[in-house]
Amino acid sequence: MEGGTEMKIMNMVNAINNALDIKLNEDKNIIVYGQDVGVEGGVFRVTEGLQKKYGKERVFDSPLAESGIVGTAVGMAVAGLRPVVEMQFSGFVFPAFNQILSHAARMRNRSRGRYQTPILIRMPYGGGINALEHHSESMEALFGHVQGLKVVIPSTPHDAKGLLVSAIESNDTVIFMEPKRIYRAIKQEVPEEKFSIPLGKASIVSRGTDITIVAYGAMLREVQKAMVMAKAAGISVELIDLRSIYPIDRDTIANSVKKTGRIITVTESPKSFGVASEITQIVTEDAFLSLEAPPKRVTGFDTIVPLPKGEHHYMVSPDKIFYEIEKTVKF
Amino acid sequence: MFKEYKPIDDKLFSIIDDDGIVKNKKWMPALSDEHLQKAYKDMLFARVADLQIVNYQRQGRIYTYPPNYGQEAISGAAGSIMRDNDWLVPAFREMGAYLAKGATLKELFLYFMGYEDGSMFKNANNFLPMAVPIASQLLHATGIAYEVKLKKKDQIVYTFVGDGGTSEGDFHEAVNFAGSWNVPVIFIVQNNQYGISTPFSVQTASKNIAVKSVAYGIEGIKVDGNDYFAMYAAFENAVNHIKSGLGPVLIEAVTYRKGAHTTSDDPTKYRTKEEEQSWDKKDPLKRLKAFLISKELWSEKEEEKLIVDFKKEVDRQFVEAENYPAYPLDDVFQFMYSEMPEDLKKQKIEHEKFLKWKEVQK
Repeated sequence: MEGGTEMKIMNMVNAINNALDIKLNEDKNIIVYGQDVGVEGGVFRVTEGLQKKYGKERVFDSPLAESGIVGTAVGMAVAGLRPVVEMQFSGFVFPAFNQILSHAARMRNRSRGRYQTPILIRMPYGGGINALEHHSESMEALFGHVQGLKVVIPSTPHDAKGLLVSAIESNDTVIFMEPKRIYRAIKQEVPEEKFSIPLGKASIVSRGTDITIVAYGAMLREVQKAMVMAKAAGISVELIDLRSIYPIDRDTIANSVKKTGRIITVTESPKSFGVASEITQIVTEDAFLSLEAPPKRVTGFDTIVPLPKGEHHYMVSPDKIFYEIEKTVKF
Repeated sequence: MFKEYKPIDDKLFSIIDDDGIVKNKKWMPALSDEHLQKAYKDMLFARVADLQIVNYQRQGRIYTYPPNYGQEAISGAAGSIMRDNDWLVPAFREMGAYLAKGATLKELFLYFMGYEDGSMFKNANNFLPMAVPIASQLLHATGIAYEVKLKKKDQIVYTFVGDGGTSEGDFHEAVNFAGSWNVPVIFIVQNNQYGISTPFSVQTASKNIAVKSVAYGIEGIKVDGNDYFAMYAAFENAVNHIKSGLGPVLIEAVTYRKGAHTTSDDPTKYRTKEEEQSWDKKDPLKRLKAFLISKELWSEKEEEKLIVDFKKEVDRQFVEAENYPAYPLDDVFQFMYSEMPEDLKKQKIEHEKFLKWKEVQK
């Protein structure tokens, strides 16, 4: 799917900005708005420079109201635009939940296909940045549970660009959750030209034989650190980057477990009723006879994410991942 | 008009009195005899259909239904001023506007019988399905109006909500966004005095709803919602205001829900017979009819005949809806995504296997 060969070093902020730039240039129906996304370019500068380039009618600051932002996007989308809206932090999306669940996710079904809502809802999410309350949660499972939405989480600048292009081009509403902890922490070569990565497809980051680990977002890097320890202990890990929470790539997960017989899912969200629980059920259904150990969920607790001084208790660390890898392999 | 009827003064804009006599010549809209006859017939059709549907519900032939009884002039006036390319973003008590926009009664019946197919409005342009979560649709109207402005289209967005809906955050966000963006939308609040059982006095300390426009920097007006002429004149004025680039408008249409909230509701629990009767003399059809008869544009005899025809037509469409094909399993799945995800395909196949098994058991 890679289009051009010209590469540029980008962090995730650059990569998302670049994808938005490409799509804004390509399709006049795309508009970008939200709180502080225009003049300031967003609190994380993801939309920096876009208003200057595409004008205040297509890239602009909206009044401060999440339900208002998503609700108007539903109307715009019905009328033929392709709005890309930003929730400043995922912790503030909840006033918009009604518009997302009751309308964005339902309009096609309600109108029997007459209207669709190609809306992209971007939101920085996740912990590990020493933030105030409501700035550290990982609530992707809530969106995964809403019928009619697609939910996407990139873990690298490269994937962020390719997935964002697909998400904007999707005719469904896509929740695009950006792991803000690694917005600027990872830099890599990303093609300058447009390319896309299909939604609903996981990627096998590294091949292994002893255990499968599924992760996404900022947790991927933590798993990779744990894998260094695992390798030293002689354990071969197959790492899967889930990339799409929904549609979820059952086959890639199940096929990997058929080979390794063991699986750990690592997330920074609460443990119960989450993506890790769903993956456990998928392997139970699709790879039951291959299992040599109980599928394990390595996640946050079913608690509120503590404020910065307590957050280390909650956040999944490479040590903890390695500890669980060893236990599962020795089961 | 907006200067003369400032919401803050709590003045009700009305044109005819309870007996259909023009009391406000200054603002009397210039409407042809044919226009008025058609408007009255449309309102009458809506009323006949509405009362008939309540009967069907009592007979167990249709599910829960929210009657329009007593509020026909608001939708009637909106229906006669809306153009084909204008947008209608409705709530659920605007049957006249639905029909004027091109929905068929059969479609409405299908919806209340439990088919999403009734929300397609195949013959209508720019018409959103009914939105059930109160006031949430107003934001869609503002968003659509943004597109209209961005693409420089000649369209107006008409959106409806009730008095209870003005307490919802989405009402305030929608009106505020519309004002901030200066987009072509008319917010029509049908103040029918009750949100189910809760009286308007409980919803807000504001003396009226139109006054809420003041805070959002847009024009608003409190209109006699049972007066077809006043509603028409208010809409006409709002359309001209918007076309001059002066921004969105909030119209409070003061009316009375003569029926129940829905067929599951019992209004005798929360309002008196005296109150209901006091609104009878303000009935919107009665007032327009009195005007038409005084101008010799209508007669009771014509009305009787028409009601018989209308009842037949309502019944014809109802029976058609009753004979609609069974709801296929495919329709549960196929509109969820632009392309059905593998997981959903599997769920459907699994269920079909069960259905096959069930068939064999018989």
